Amino acid sequence: MRRPGQRGLAVGALATIVTLLITSCGAGGRPEEDQGGGSASDVGVTAESVKVGAHFPLTGVAAPGYSEIPTGAKAYFDFVNAAGGVNGRRIDYVYRDDAYNPTNTSQVVNELVLQDEIFAMVGGLGTPTHSAVLDFLNSSEVPDLFVSSGSLLWDQPETNPQTFGWQPDYEVEGKIIGQYVQQNFPDAKVGLFLQDDDFGEDGEKGARAYIDDQIVAAERYAPGNTDVGPQVAALQAAGADLVIGFNVPSYTALSQLTAMRLNYDPQWIYSNVGSDPALVGSLLSRFSEGQVTDAALLQGVMTTEYLPGVDAPDNAWTKLWQRVWDAHGGQGQLSNYRIYGMAQAYTFVQALQAAGPDPTREGIVTALEEMGGELRGPAFVPYRYSADSHAGLSGVKVVRIAGTGGTEDLSPVLVTGNGDTEITEHTEEHAAPPENGIPNVQPQN
Amino acid sequence: MRTLPRRFVPRSLLLRNLLGVLAGLVVVVLVLETTSPFRNSQLATMSYYAIAAAGLTVLTGLNGQISLGHGALMAVGAYTTALLLEGDAVPFSLAMLVAAAVTALVGILVGAAASRLHGPYLAGATLALAVGVPGLAIYFDGLLGGEQGLSVRSPRPPDWFADAHYFVTAGDLSSAKYLAYIGWLTLLLVILLLANLMASRFGRVWRAVRDDEVAAELAGLRLGRLRVLAFVVSAACAGLAGAVLAMVVRLAAPSGFTIVLSLSLLTAVVVGGLGSIAGALLGSALLVFLPPAVTNLGTGAGLTGVQAAQLAPLVYGVVLVVVMLLAPGGAMGLLRRFWRRGINQGGSR
Repeated sequence: MRRPGQRGLAVGALATIVTLLITSCGAGGRPEEDQGGGSASDVGVTAESVKVGAHFPLTGVAAPGYSEIPTGAKAYFDFVNAAGGVNGRRIDYVYRDDAYNPTNTSQVVNELVLQDEIFAMVGGLGTPTHSAVLDFLNSSEVPDLFVSSGSLLWDQPETNPQTFGWQPDYEVEGKIIGQYVQQNFPDAKVGLFLQDDDFGEDGEKGARAYIDDQIVAAERYAPGNTDVGPQVAALQAAGADLVIGFNVPSYTALSQLTAMRLNYDPQWIYSNVGSDPALVGSLLSRFSEGQVTDAALLQGVMTTEYLPGVDAPDNAWTKLWQRVWDAHGGQGQLSNYRIYGMAQAYTFVQALQAAGPDPTREGIVTALEEMGGELRGPAFVPYRYSADSHAGLSGVKVVRIAGTGGTEDLSPVLVTGNGDTEITEHTEEHAAPPENGIPNVQPQN
Repeated sequence: MRTLPRRFVPRSLLLRNLLGVLAGLVVVVLVLETTSPFRNSQLATMSYYAIAAAGLTVLTGLNGQISLGHGALMAVGAYTTALLLEGDAVPFSLAMLVAAAVTALVGILVGAAASRLHGPYLAGATLALAVGVPGLAIYFDGLLGGEQGLSVRSPRPPDWFADAHYFVTAGDLSSAKYLAYIGWLTLLLVILLLANLMASRFGRVWRAVRDDEVAAELAGLRLGRLRVLAFVVSAACAGLAGAVLAMVVRLAAPSGFTIVLSLSLLTAVVVGGLGSIAGALLGSALLVFLPPAVTNLGTGAGLTGVQAAQLAPLVYGVVLVVVMLLAPGGAMGLLRRFWRRGINQGGSR
């Protein structure tokens, strides 16, 4: 530094590097836009294929259960492909692991959109995980269809025009459970057991619309903290004799075991998300180290349903799913999670058909807005899709779990919307699936 | 350096490091301009891991303090950035500086407590930090958004930058590329500062404290103060890393800052080679590029998506075990051994 000669040398070297930097990058022309003709109508669409993607927790704490959803969807897409695909196009389904960590979600979605060049997202799972990529998908104008979460976040057509919900949102479910309790247990003291995020919040909002005066306690747990003793004890101390849980399956198992230990035996109602008997049963046996071996604890517990599941093996839809799984599934049995994935895949096939022979990203979004409300499929209830609403299924029915043998209906199929919308009975008969198991939606134009 | 004639290399350390960083800048520009948008986004991810790992390698490699809580410090940086960037009033560079400063403050508190602890006790205390801090975000959900987290508006390139970029490369600046530039410029700056610091008096006394506390104290060094200082420097890096993370991921949520993050940072530093910045870079590259590569290999080999996804952590674990068995000094330790063997005798390093 002190000797001028040396400084000059260094400055010279700096200058060389900077020049190198600029010259080495030499300007080329603007990259030409690839405007594929004819059948390759948009990103991810070729004459032979349509590529779609999704993120799921395939490893980590959220993997049990949820990791089965994409295997179901894959089986259904394979089933459709084996029958010739949609308008002659095969559906390529790529799903990647985010371990339920939003940081990973943003990486894998980058990979799906930028590297795999998917046409659309179908069924990305999780509220915190998917909200990390909501902006990115919408600003990249990637259709973000059928998010696997009941949060109200997916229904914002103004700010997020590409994003569509799918399952009944937690508020709708909360309202229907609330009204059921109001009508059938008017004297019950109700306790709420809530996951401390949107899930619990939306569910609570729905329930309070009907039974605000019956609620004696609302206890929240932080996901990740496996000790729910204080919450369950507080519900017991408040004298709640009916507890509504808006929680994930592992907390269904934890709350059941904790209540058993505290000698607390209220009537439990769990939201659909947390009530899969097969998964809860396996979690129960794991958490109790083998002392509780199956879902018998759940006998008599109430929950809701919007899809016919494995507990109704004679239902025409379940028969279809069984057929699909037997032909194209991998290892393991058909489960309600796999059915969930297949039902989402079925809805996507409907949407793709509605988008016409040359589907575009814009086209599939418009098609869902225009025709989505009329689509009928595996669910008991219709979707609420329109230009002003990207909300998914409109309702559920309340059922009771009868041990391992299945469920019995407690209420008719009920439909409603968010806010003040009234709850009404859905009387339309649930149509059986088409003979070949593949929807046949005619595009509008 | 040895291979170059001495007179072409400036004697001043600052200038030498500056030259190195500028060369690094050229490489970064070349790489970012020639790779796909997806690689750009992966490189952006790598940049924040590398910033935090570089800070951690100073703490653990140079000063001998172990920290299992750097993920939590990144969370502090990320949440600070998220809060500041809300409402568009604060430019992102200022938000990053504030994030680093706030995290450094937290580092003073933690470092002061940690300076009295050793080995497993220190690991335990910082582990508590890693477990506890994400819980704060859930507890103060009104301010910090609870489980859902705060969404972050990632910065748009200013016109002059986009113009300059177009002037040099004639390509449009995608948002992934812009974020990668932010990340890597920050990383290069951090490397420059840390490299100078490591070669300075502080680097020497930190090493002295690490190697023999009693001797260092006899030489008149104040252990506690030096330890806190090392922790603060490291925390500031973690804060910056958190700021970059928040902008790249566009979200600060508790589930992004689990103990797994802290542990991955530590494994990155260890696999790369403790105390070496190049090792920290290498380790972070492994964190980012290995899992997708393994998953794709797995799917290519006919595994189902679920099996392929489960393969990634397995392979990472195997790599960790193999490195520890065959190269206890990490990848950089191995390189250095070959280098020494190559020049046939000890030399000055």
